[in-house]
Amino acid sequence: MATLREIRQRISSVKTTQQITKAMKMVAAAKMRRAQESILAIRPYANEINGLIHHIAESGDDKMDSALMQSRPVEKVLIVVVAADRGLCGAFNSNIIRATESLFEKYKSSSAVELYTIGRKATEYFSKREYPLFKQKTGIFHGLNFERALEISRDVVSAYEAELFDRVIFVYNEFKSAIQQNLREEVFLPFVAEQPEETTIQDYNEYIYEPDKQSILDALIPKHLNVQVWRILLESNAAEQGARMTAMDNATENAEEIKSKLTLYYNRARQAAITTEISEIVGGAEALKES
Amino acid sequence: MNETLHLEIVTPFGTVLDEPVQSCMLPGEQGAFQVLKNHASLVSNVDIGLIKVERGSSNTLFATSGGFCEVKDNVIRIIVESAEQAESIDAYRAQQAKERAEQRLAEKKSQVDMQRAELALKRAVNRLKAVEVLKSIH
Repeated sequence: MATLREIRQRISSVKTTQQITKAMKMVAAAKMRRAQESILAIRPYANEINGLIHHIAESGDDKMDSALMQSRPVEKVLIVVVAADRGLCGAFNSNIIRATESLFEKYKSSSAVELYTIGRKATEYFSKREYPLFKQKTGIFHGLNFERALEISRDVVSAYEAELFDRVIFVYNEFKSAIQQNLREEVFLPFVAEQPEETTIQDYNEYIYEPDKQSILDALIPKHLNVQVWRILLESNAAEQGARMTAMDNATENAEEIKSKLTLYYNRARQAAITTEISEIVGGAEALKES
Repeated sequence: MNETLHLEIVTPFGTVLDEPVQSCMLPGEQGAFQVLKNHASLVSNVDIGLIKVERGSSNTLFATSGGFCEVKDNVIRIIVESAEQAESIDAYRAQQAKERAEQRLAEKKSQVDMQRAELALKRAVNRLKAVEVLKSIH
């Protein structure tokens, strides 16, 4: 049994840790809320762009096509891994890393695979294990801005256009709720037009196109990809904060449990010490009486 | 005048404007054009430039970095990567961005960098122009 002093020290150290985890939880919660707001803010824009692409690509008799929409035989694959810069967020990073590894194995037999790691955790893990890294980006989640998304989108699109890769896949955590993240693997390129959310059958015949449909479509798709990357970064960021919040909440609870257990020990030990002391005194007094 | 033309400006950072207007001037890729009531259905690219929104007595000026617009049934949807209201543009920052871009252009690096610097310069100049136009009105 530990001495009273040791127990007291442990209690105070658990208390300090608990204060830290509690603070981290609050910070994560605030950051998560902000990230959530940004996700909501891009939704109308993303929907409009999607609707326009659908409109232009599907309207009329002549189906439109763009260089970024054509699929080539898959020989070279780029996997874009979106992890976090920091740890202490539960299984967030390890889930992503595990998913990436299995995806890597899946493509390895049939094609050349490279990784584009986003977030310090993924970069450290994969560079240590000498995976082929196409590019890496770290430290972008602190003060995340649209410019960063543009950079990543540009890197990926220009590599695809230069036929360095025939397929680009994003692996990221999608934000579902504070306690739930969904692991997503999305084929980013070649681009496939999604069905817009609200499908209103429209008459597209009377439209004027300035300058013409093909150039609009060619300009639209990169913009769409930009906003997709931005969305993925925001989703991942919100999911990370959510995961951290949950992890820190659990940690705070665990600390509480340890604290109450230790306090119990402490009281028991104190009681035992007092009992021994009393019985010693009583024993001493008895001995005196007898003599 | 009845204002039955509805204007929406949507950016990745949220909806900037969503209200009835009288007319709207847009920087098209092949020159600026104006959309009034009962305009034909249209889809157009929007270049870096100024969007002028007229609603009765008050006009609003936005600097945009380009995107698209769709006109249908008296609804204008402007879908751009950024739209800053002229009043909220920080002229000092725009000036600095312009100088940075000019410096980068002067360094003459790779092709891609040059293109990006050129676009950045265009955006900065556009924002400065928005501030100037605003000053000349008031």
